[in-house]
Amino acid sequence: MATAFWLGFETRVAVRFLREGRLQTVLIMVGVAAGVAVIAYISALVTGLQKNTFDKTLGGQAHVTVQALEDVVTPARAPVAGTVLLSETQAKAQRLRSVANWQSMLPLLERRPGVAAVSPIVAGGGLAVRGEATQSVAVSGVDLDRYDRVVRLREKVVAGVARLEPGEGIIGIELASDLGLRPGDRFTVLTGNVSETVRVTALVDLGVRELNRRTVIVPLRLAQSLLGLPGGATSLDLALTDVWSAKTMAQQMRRDFPYKVESWQETNAQLVSALNAQSVSTGLIRAIVLVVVVLGIASVLVVSVVQKRREIGILRAMGATRGQMVRVFLVQGGIVGAVGSVLGLALALLMIFLFTKFVRGADGQALFVITLPLSLALQVAMVASICGVLAAIAPARRAASMDPAQAIRI
Amino acid sequence: MAAVNARAASSELIELADVHKSYNIGLPTEAEVLHGLSLTIKKGEFVALIGPSGSGKSTLLNIVGLLEGMTAGSYRINGTAVASLDDRALTLLRRDTLGFVFQFHHLLPAFTALENVTMPGLIREGRVSRQQLERARELLDAVGLSGAMNKRPSELSGGMQQRVAIARALVFDPPLVLADEPTGNLDTASSDEVFQELRRMHRERGTSFVIVTHDPRLAARCDRLVELVDGKIARDELVSKVTVSGADP
Repeated sequence: MATAFWLGFETRVAVRFLREGRLQTVLIMVGVAAGVAVIAYISALVTGLQKNTFDKTLGGQAHVTVQALEDVVTPARAPVAGTVLLSETQAKAQRLRSVANWQSMLPLLERRPGVAAVSPIVAGGGLAVRGEATQSVAVSGVDLDRYDRVVRLREKVVAGVARLEPGEGIIGIELASDLGLRPGDRFTVLTGNVSETVRVTALVDLGVRELNRRTVIVPLRLAQSLLGLPGGATSLDLALTDVWSAKTMAQQMRRDFPYKVESWQETNAQLVSALNAQSVSTGLIRAIVLVVVVLGIASVLVVSVVQKRREIGILRAMGATRGQMVRVFLVQGGIVGAVGSVLGLALALLMIFLFTKFVRGADGQALFVITLPLSLALQVAMVASICGVLAAIAPARRAASMDPAQAIRI
Repeated sequence: MAAVNARAASSELIELADVHKSYNIGLPTEAEVLHGLSLTIKKGEFVALIGPSGSGKSTLLNIVGLLEGMTAGSYRINGTAVASLDDRALTLLRRDTLGFVFQFHHLLPAFTALENVTMPGLIREGRVSRQQLERARELLDAVGLSGAMNKRPSELSGGMQQRVAIARALVFDPPLVLADEPTGNLDTASSDEVFQELRRMHRERGTSFVIVTHDPRLAARCDRLVELVDGKIARDELVSKVTVSGADP
């Protein structure tokens, strides 16, 4: 009496019922496929879009930066309790200051779990001069290997070879064209009353025009002398293994060290809220489409239960239990969900292919890469199938609750 | 035949005592269809259930077939008291004790004749074993449908459909087969054919039959005649052997 073949009866009858339903079955499967395609496509699109935005914006940024605390004006004396003190304090002008003891901080930060790389930076403003042309620039003094681990500078080189021997520098491509520089050429960097000649070794494209116009990367020592900070570092840039842990990491570090610690989320609050808004809207769209899919499956199965009353009655008379009848309809829902998701994923792949092929930016390149990762595809297919089964619950219960005698009589 | 009768006489298959059945209980349209009906059927009997429309024949058959509950009374089938059983137990009891032959729409239209006959096996075991397939073929062969096994019900005549239904009812050799006007929508020739099939199964397998019919000619060819009028048994008698042997070749 044991059920030798799990769901053998249920599956056979479910498949036959669906096949018998022909147009109805085709329509609902196409409906589910459309829903699944929308969900898969929009997920892939937004993932691609966010990754693109993220890479472009964060590619040249540290996940967490550690800087010296800002200079504040210390009040002359603390107000006596119970008195009101009227005073006006002028904020102090912030001079460039080094992170105290950054050399000893370096190994300390590197050992912190979750930190992938640490790079000391000396950053300040200056002028790049060549012949008649002058451009205001942001000078960053770095140790190239460390810096590369944080912002992957070498991947962004478009001309020349990234190298920072004494007297050498790497500049943004816009700056290069403004000053007419190619790798190997020299130009002068001017700050206050110090000026140094720098030989260009490589041009980099940081993905943002303004950065490309202002970036001058030089060896640490050169920047220290240009900016009048011998032996100093204005900030320590950190790369983390998990980008999204930056905020909590920054909070912890603020508690641990007397420095100004900022995460990329804090410096790019707008980007974060834009990404969040995107994620929320995508989630909402997906949820609504899913609800529509569930309702579609449910309504078709409700109709099917009514149409199949007599068959249900006959099966019950032949000894099918209520549980078996429930499962016949749950299996139908599952099959509709599964077949619909396979079709839908195929459709999503087609849409992604069309998008990458025909939607191009002004430069004729694809806007950004969209792929449908296998994990996402499986996830969508599984959710759709489970939703199919869930959608079938109400109709299935209705099928099972029918009195066999009444069902047959009709 | 003698052996079958001896076994039949030894035990009771159906024992209904003081059975009442009402519909739409609590509504203004409440109506009692069966009024304290008692009936006993022994193993191996071939019973015709007759009566005018609305006399409660189908209701009685549904109660006997465990397809409907009763409002009051007691019912034992094959020694099991039905009143205390839940739906699952009733279903399992129905599965093991009863076969059905209905008047209309008796087959599953989405399945072939052979699949319809193997369906009870599929319900029980989740698959169709080779023996069940053999048995189904054998039964379809026995009712003269060896050439129509892979046809859908819609491709078969009324008489052929009814014979498929008989084969299906018998596939697990239930002790009792209930037939609700099995020849009701058939012409005389098909009707005869189907009835002879039922008689033959009764003769060869010793299966008990309860057949609801409007056709007095058919009723006369059963062994026992129970007539229902207004939810009560108006007549319960053995049909004379002379009539039976005349009708049953």
